[in-house]
Amino acid sequence: MTQRNVIEAINDALTVAMGEDERVLILGEDVGRNGGVFRATDGLIERFGEERVVDTPLAEAGIIGTSVGLAVYGMRPVAEIQFLGFSLQSFAQLLGQAARIRWRSQSRFTCPLVVRAPFGGGTQAIELHSDSLEAHFVHTPGLKVVAPANPYDAKGMLLASIEDPDPVLFLEPLRRYRAARAEVPDGHYTVPLGKAAIVREGSDVTIIAWSAMVAMALEAAETLAEEGVRAEVIDLRTISPFDAETIVASVEKTGRAVVVHEAPKTAGVGAEIVATINERALYSLEAPVLRVTGYDVLAPVSLEDHILPSAGRIVYAVQATMNN
Amino acid sequence: MTSIMQEQGVRPPEPISVLAPDGSVRPGAQVEESSELLHKMYRWMTFGRIFDTRMLNLHRQGRIITYAPVAGQEAAQIGSSLALRQEDWLFGTYRDGLACMVHGLPAEHILYLFRGHPKAGAAPAGVNVFGQQIGIAEQIPHAVGAAWGMKLRKANTATLALFGDGATSEGAFHEGANFAGVLKAPVVMVCQNNGWAISVPRTSQTASETLAQKAVAYGIVGRLVDGNDVLAMYREVGAALERARAGQGPTLIEALTYRFGPHSASDDPKRYRPSTELAEWQNTRDPLLRLRVYLEHQGMWDETQQKALEEEARAEVARVVTAALTEPVPAPESLFDQVYETASPLLEEQWRELLAYRKATERGVTFP
Repeated sequence: MTQRNVIEAINDALTVAMGEDERVLILGEDVGRNGGVFRATDGLIERFGEERVVDTPLAEAGIIGTSVGLAVYGMRPVAEIQFLGFSLQSFAQLLGQAARIRWRSQSRFTCPLVVRAPFGGGTQAIELHSDSLEAHFVHTPGLKVVAPANPYDAKGMLLASIEDPDPVLFLEPLRRYRAARAEVPDGHYTVPLGKAAIVREGSDVTIIAWSAMVAMALEAAETLAEEGVRAEVIDLRTISPFDAETIVASVEKTGRAVVVHEAPKTAGVGAEIVATINERALYSLEAPVLRVTGYDVLAPVSLEDHILPSAGRIVYAVQATMNN
Repeated sequence: MTSIMQEQGVRPPEPISVLAPDGSVRPGAQVEESSELLHKMYRWMTFGRIFDTRMLNLHRQGRIITYAPVAGQEAAQIGSSLALRQEDWLFGTYRDGLACMVHGLPAEHILYLFRGHPKAGAAPAGVNVFGQQIGIAEQIPHAVGAAWGMKLRKANTATLALFGDGATSEGAFHEGANFAGVLKAPVVMVCQNNGWAISVPRTSQTASETLAQKAVAYGIVGRLVDGNDVLAMYREVGAALERARAGQGPTLIEALTYRFGPHSASDDPKRYRPSTELAEWQNTRDPLLRLRVYLEHQGMWDETQQKALEEEARAEVARVVTAALTEPVPAPESLFDQVYETASPLLEEQWRELLAYRKATERGVTFP
């Protein structure tokens, strides 16, 4: 066991994966000599060499497109997209190609690639450096979308993603990269994809969140506890395919739910979760399920705080469902 | 390593230049520009350098969120931008603030961008500066499209796209250059090759010997220019703009230059860049010094003028900084006005929700 923050846990996972499997290679912008702009790949080029840790030309479609070819051929590429906003240039390759290889070839070819990308706001970043675009990928059959919230899950789920036979978009909580250290086992372990975690138990309301929003949901739950409201917090961990069973079981127990995400409200992943609750647990509900999300607008840094969820807004929404 | 061009018997051209790095006039070249224009160039370059230093200081003080320094690239930006006419359009990037200012964008807007103020991209009416693009190479096809429109309208104007060496790897560069060639669009594409795309050297960006030669594949004119020679930049971009306006099609110009500072305020070039390389460029190829030495040798500049200029530039930078940092940020509700021309009922509902939450928390009441 070693105390690691999220970025150190990711670095450790990559080190373990490359040490264990010579097919694993890392490619992306500034991942080699610079060790990644957030240092996720720090020290890897020195340890594994330039053939396995590759500073690519500045071209996201090229990074993902060649990763598809590498993966189809039998390598295990772990591509880094520097910020999720830069993945926009690679949508054709990721959504239109990587996600469809299995179906198109009827599993004759598969595409076991991992794309790592930090995402989300709250870091005082300029445009295209703070987007929460997860809904686009969740809406794409064939892609898995993983979004761990803490160092332990970050390492275990990255190793699980690299082992996974299908393409995985591994979303990293940018604003939580160095937020806190936690116990992270050394060596190899995995945290299964597709399984949510109940990170706080409660009986009055279920708060569902992922990535950086989990810490915010826990903060809100703490405030609510002082008011006598016992909130259960679910860390979804994998957004696609998501763990409907854990959500439904919790809502059947609590009768109330609030979904939290940074991405805009309309057609966000929250809408899918609310619809699933309605389909499977409508008669357990004591109140309509509410969403705390980014608004359907774009905001520069000076106004970002008004647009993104906050612990205060989560408390406010929970209270509204409790009073319903 | 034998290059493709050597194998094919093609010698890459020497970069076009007027002034040698030591400030002397190249053999066979002549300086015909007016002293007024030369002074204007030098004043802008000096202002740019002082502005740049101040911006990095503001970042260190936590007063802006980041900054992409220009130092080292002043000649490439000013030479390009000064060649524009007011009715021409400029499509630059986050690093091209200086070029934007030269084309009429008030300097406050550069600070707006780097303090996250929503007015950053709102160029005043009549200032044809289309923002400071963050996405790499994305503005290149925009410049080509606007130029295409100018051609359709027979406007006798042109567009200028500025971008870096890293951008030439993006699809948007290749698609833009190809469209420009096919449509004979009146666009000038200036690549400021500063040697490094964050940590990736130009040699790892492309196997091409030069970036200028990429023009050949798109059937357009390519030029390799000493980007730290403001006169060479001004002339070559000016000539390319003239050809464009005259219906003779687009040009790709590679400006050889160097980024003295970090990629952005959060970058540390010591991790990846040899310090000897930086020292070589700073000591022997600084674009400001080159023009200054020339002007001094011609008796067109002296220490007194230099001191006065620096003082004036510092005062102007101070004025701009105060103005931009005290510019009030609009209320968050204003964001809902900038989604569509008319806000939808759904947006209005979200707006009311935001107001209700603010009202509730302003009263200090956590619970409704």
